[in-house]
Amino acid sequence: MIANLVQLAAEGGHAEEQNPLLPPGPELLVGTIAFAIVFFVFWKKLLPNINKVLDERRKAIEGGIEEADAMKVEAQSVLEQYKAQLAEARHEAARLRQEAQEQGAQLIAEMRAEGQRQREEIVAAGHAQIEADRKAAASSLRQDVGKLATDLAGKLVGESLEDHARQSRVIDRFLDDLEEKAEATR
Amino acid sequence: MSADMTQLAFEWDCRILSDNGCGFPAPGLHSFLFKPIATVGGFEFNKVMLLALITTLLVVTFFYAAFGKAKVVPGKLQMIGEAGYDFVRRGIVYETLGKKEGEKYVPLAVSLFFFIWIMNIWSVIPLAQFPVSSVIAFPAVLAAIVWIVWVSLTFKRHGFVGFFKNITGYDKSLGAVLPLVMVIEFFSNLLVRPFTHAVRLFANMFAGHLMLVMFTVASWYLLNSYMIPAAGISFIMTMAMIVFELFVQAVQAYVFVLLTCTYIQGALAEHH
Repeated sequence: MIANLVQLAAEGGHAEEQNPLLPPGPELLVGTIAFAIVFFVFWKKLLPNINKVLDERRKAIEGGIEEADAMKVEAQSVLEQYKAQLAEARHEAARLRQEAQEQGAQLIAEMRAEGQRQREEIVAAGHAQIEADRKAAASSLRQDVGKLATDLAGKLVGESLEDHARQSRVIDRFLDDLEEKAEATR
Repeated sequence: MSADMTQLAFEWDCRILSDNGCGFPAPGLHSFLFKPIATVGGFEFNKVMLLALITTLLVVTFFYAAFGKAKVVPGKLQMIGEAGYDFVRRGIVYETLGKKEGEKYVPLAVSLFFFIWIMNIWSVIPLAQFPVSSVIAFPAVLAAIVWIVWVSLTFKRHGFVGFFKNITGYDKSLGAVLPLVMVIEFFSNLLVRPFTHAVRLFANMFAGHLMLVMFTVASWYLLNSYMIPAAGISFIMTMAMIVFELFVQAVQAYVFVLLTCTYIQGALAEHH
C-alpha cells in the first residue's frame, strides 16, 4: 500500500503538478449530465406537478373560507329574521292582550249598563203595576164603598137615591167624613 | 469504495511514538484524487463521478416519491418535499426576484439547491465521505450554467448596447473615473464573478474535507501510549467538525442559489 501511495504521490503531486482549480474534463461531463437530469425532471415534471397541487390547495382553502363567510352572512340574516319575527310576535301578543282587556272592560261596562237598564225597567214596570193596581183597587173600592153606602143609606133613608148628582155628592161627603174621621183617629 | 480507493494516506501501522519511523500521514491534494473504478473505452469512471450520479438518483427519486403523485392533502414525504421546495421558492427566489419575475427561475434554483446540498452532504456520509463539490469540475459546471443564463438574459433584456451598459455599470455621473470603473466592472462581472461563484463552493467543501480527514487520521495516528488523550481530543474535534460541516454544507448550497438569483436579478433590473 505504501508503494501504491508513493507511486500516486509521484504521479499526482509532482509529475503532473496537480492544480485543484483546473477542472478535469470527464468530471465536467459527468457533472453536466448529473445536473441536467435533475434540472429537467424538476422543470418538466415534478415542479409543474406540485405547483398544480399547491394551486388546488390554495383554491380549496380560499373556497372554504369563502363558503364559511357566505354561511356566516346567511346565519346572520336568518338570525335577524328570527329576531324580527320574534319582536313582531311579541308585539302582536301585546296588542291582542290589550285588545282583549279593552274588549273585556267594554263587555263588563255594557253588561253593567244592561243590568242597570233591566233593573230600572223591572222597577219601573213594578211601579207602574203597583200604581195601576192601586188605582184599580181604589176605583173598585170606591165603587164598592159607594154602592154599599148607597144601599145602606137607601135602606136607612128608605128612598132610592136615583138622582145621580145628588147621590155622588152625598157619597163624597160621606167618604170625606170617613177620611176625616180616619185622620182624627190616627 | 473502501479506503484504498482513495489516495488517503492511511496506514494501519503508522502511529505516533512507534518505531517504524513513519510521520503523520497528512492529507493534501492527493486526498482529492481517485483511481478509476472502471474504464469504459478510455473513459475513466471514478468514485466522485459515481457519487455525482447517485446524487442525481437520490434527488430525483426523493422528489419523484414526494411530488410524483402529489395530493392536495399531502402525505409525510410530500410535506417534507414541499417544505424544501417552499424554502427555496419563497425563501430565496421570491425574496430576490419577486413572485412575478422569479417564477420562471424556480426550477433552476430548486434543482441547484438540492443537487448541491446532496453533493455536499456526501462529505459526512459513511463510506462515501467525500464532498463531490470539492472537485472543482462540479461547481464549475453549475457556475457556468448560471453564467450562461445570466449573460443571455442580460442580452435579451437590454440588447447589445444595454448589455454592455449593464455589465460595465455605466453611469455618466461618475465623470472622469467612468472608464476605469467600466473596465473594472467588466472584468469583475464577466470573468471574476463566475470564477468566485464556483470557487466559493469548491473551496469551502475542499477545506472542510481536509479538516475532517486531518482530524480523522490524527485520531488514529495519536492513539498510542501517552498521546491517547490527544487522540481523544482529535476524535472530539472530528465529531465537532462533522456537525459544523453539516451546517456549512447547507449554507453553501443556500449561498450558491442566493447568488444565482442575485445575478439574475441584476440581469433583469433596469440599468441605472
